[in-house]
Amino acid sequence: MPNGTLVFIEHRQGAINKTSFEAVAAAQQLGGEVTAVVLGADAKFANEVSDLKVGRVVSAENPKLADYTPDAYADAFEQVVRARDPRHVFFPHTYQVRDFAPKLAARFGKGLISDCIRMKAEGDAVTFTRRLFQGKMDADVVAVGDGPVFATFQSGAYRADQAERGGGAAVESVQVEVGEVRMQPEAPFQEVKAAVDLSKTDVIVAIGRGIKSQENIALAQRLAELLGGDIAASRPICDAGWLPIDRQIGSSGQTVAPKLYIALGISGAIQHLVGMKNSGTIVAVNKDPEAPIFDIADYGIVGDLFEVVPVLTEEIQKLKG
Amino acid sequence: MKIVVLMKQVPNKDAVLRVRGDGKWVEEGDLSFEVNESDGYALEEALRLKEKKGGGEVVVCALGPQRVKSVIKDALARGADRAIHVVSDDFGQAGPFSAAKVLAEAIRGESPDLVFAGLQSDDHGYGQTGVIVAELLGLPHATIVIEVDWSGEQLRVKRELESGWYQWYTMQTPALLTIQSGISQIRYATLKGIMAAKKKEIREVQPAVGPGEGEFQQVERVYLPLKQKQTQFLGDGDAKRGAAQLAEKLRTEARVI
Ligand SMILES: Cc1cc2nc3c(=O)[nH]c(=O)nc-3n(C[C@H](O)[C@H](O)[C@H](O)COP(=O)(O)OP(=O)(O)OC[C@H]3O[C@@H](n4cnc5c(N)ncnc54)[C@H](O)[C@@H]3O)c2cc1C
Ligand SMILES: Nc1ncnc2c1ncn2[C@@H]1O[C@H](COP(=O)(O)O)[C@@H](O)[C@H]1O
Repeated sequence: MPNGTLVFIEHRQGAINKTSFEAVAAAQQLGGEVTAVVLGADAKFANEVSDLKVGRVVSAENPKLADYTPDAYADAFEQVVRARDPRHVFFPHTYQVRDFAPKLAARFGKGLISDCIRMKAEGDAVTFTRRLFQGKMDADVVAVGDGPVFATFQSGAYRADQAERGGGAAVESVQVEVGEVRMQPEAPFQEVKAAVDLSKTDVIVAIGRGIKSQENIALAQRLAELLGGDIAASRPICDAGWLPIDRQIGSSGQTVAPKLYIALGISGAIQHLVGMKNSGTIVAVNKDPEAPIFDIADYGIVGDLFEVVPVLTEEIQKLKG
Repeated sequence: MKIVVLMKQVPNKDAVLRVRGDGKWVEEGDLSFEVNESDGYALEEALRLKEKKGGGEVVVCALGPQRVKSVIKDALARGADRAIHVVSDDFGQAGPFSAAKVLAEAIRGESPDLVFAGLQSDDHGYGQTGVIVAELLGLPHATIVIEVDWSGEQLRVKRELESGWYQWYTMQTPALLTIQSGISQIRYATLKGIMAAKKKEIREVQPAVGPGEGEFQQVERVYLPLKQKQTQFLGDGDAKRGAAQLAEKLRTEARVI
């Protein structure tokens, strides 16, 4: 009988990725035996998480695991899963996990229940909730069939500080085999320092695809200037080349927390939200009343931004005298 | 040189979504459809590589009902050479493994040098299909690719990591890459391209496995997300009045003016 949960602990660029602890928290809340799994050339990172309250920490080791590659990680993790025969295998939904976990799951003839935001257990039945349509719908999903259930959790779904500590778990080193690695990674790097640092500004007026054309950006620009703030954007705006990439907010852009964040015509996909959800006051203008951005907004206007922004600009002008 | 591009048709981004009667998916009758965003970029990158190499073939492969033809025809008009349409009405809610299985079998015989997929679909958002296709075809892969350098013998790709970090990989070919939006600016179809597309081959094939076969996840219920935050909605449908109220609130409540 498969039982218990394996949790993948990610490290990247020489440090444990803290979102791994969110997956640990999920596994602990599910109950049953929890095993943390760390892959690496040696037990260095496994030792770093031995204070987690888990049954054990498995350190799967091979010199080829020194640098992350999907080939090496899938080979190594597959052996751990086969050896331990868990009911669940949990991961944080990071870029690294997106890169190798589907390959791993495919070796068990399945995919992942990916990017889950909730989980509910009733007896043996576990229901996972994941987002559809970039956050516009939720779906309750159950696993069917035999074998391990592979699930990934969206950043923020569980809290890292709720991962229970103080287990003094034994670190169990296992040597794993890794086959041919067909890709050679070079060292990670950052592009030359962004010309604008949006983390320092108090007011951000951010535009999304609702702005429709590059010419219309001037409208938002004027509002930003009046508020003494900066203009920023969702990814599609930068992809289209309408604004430079150093104005992009989100998981692949900058993370900001200004006093005021005004989102104009932005739907509120999770990859955008992670970059701005800690802002002081959040305003959203969107013509779709169901747009997910409203879920984190303090003030919302359902309507056409081309009607809202000119009036808003004018009114603020008046108030400022 | 042959590149296969996996292209999915998804509901329009601006679509108003309603839950279907059985509660397990959205009502599709009143939706219009478009190409998945990153797949459009994947096609563009394939076309550019072909142009740089001065030859070769770009083959589009899409799984879905007849309506998917509009995505295929548009891709051919932009410059793809031919297409494979895996025709089925039943894969709309398929999990990533069964979709990947069908796609992998549909392109296996092509023996491409590269396979491109989008990094994520805008409807299901699994973020997995490409990687699973790679595993099923025995290909190395790289995900979230934002630059491809295949000028010489070697394939080098730039991967996006989180929060502004990047990494180059040197890869063996054949390989599968999942392409990130924004990799290059997408061209429009020209009138000439649209005319030329009419003569291009669209081969229809049947899915290699049934829709439910080997399914590992099942949707129980689809619903609008529960709201977590108390948002103050202003203007009550009147955008201009909302704007005036907002200016006042920003001054008195939020104190940011
Ligand atoms: C790995 C990965 C990384 C990503 N990284 C990022 C990132 O760093 N940052 C980021 O932003 N995205 C990122 N994305 C993309 C993200 O998933 C979304 O696709 C993107 O944020 C959507 O941008 P948007 O809201 O501007 O566009 P859409 O989702 O198209 O939304 C446009 C909105 O405008 C509204 N609208 C249209 N017209 C009007 C009008 N006249 N008045 C008012 N409202 C109007 C619509 O109702 C809609 O809600 C990433 C995706 C992936 C998979
Ligand atoms: N039905 C389909 N037809 C063609 N390509 C698909 C299909 N489903 C998924 N894909 C490809 O797989 C990518 C990732 O999809 P997903 O795993 O659903 O996020 C998409 O961007 C497409 O390139």
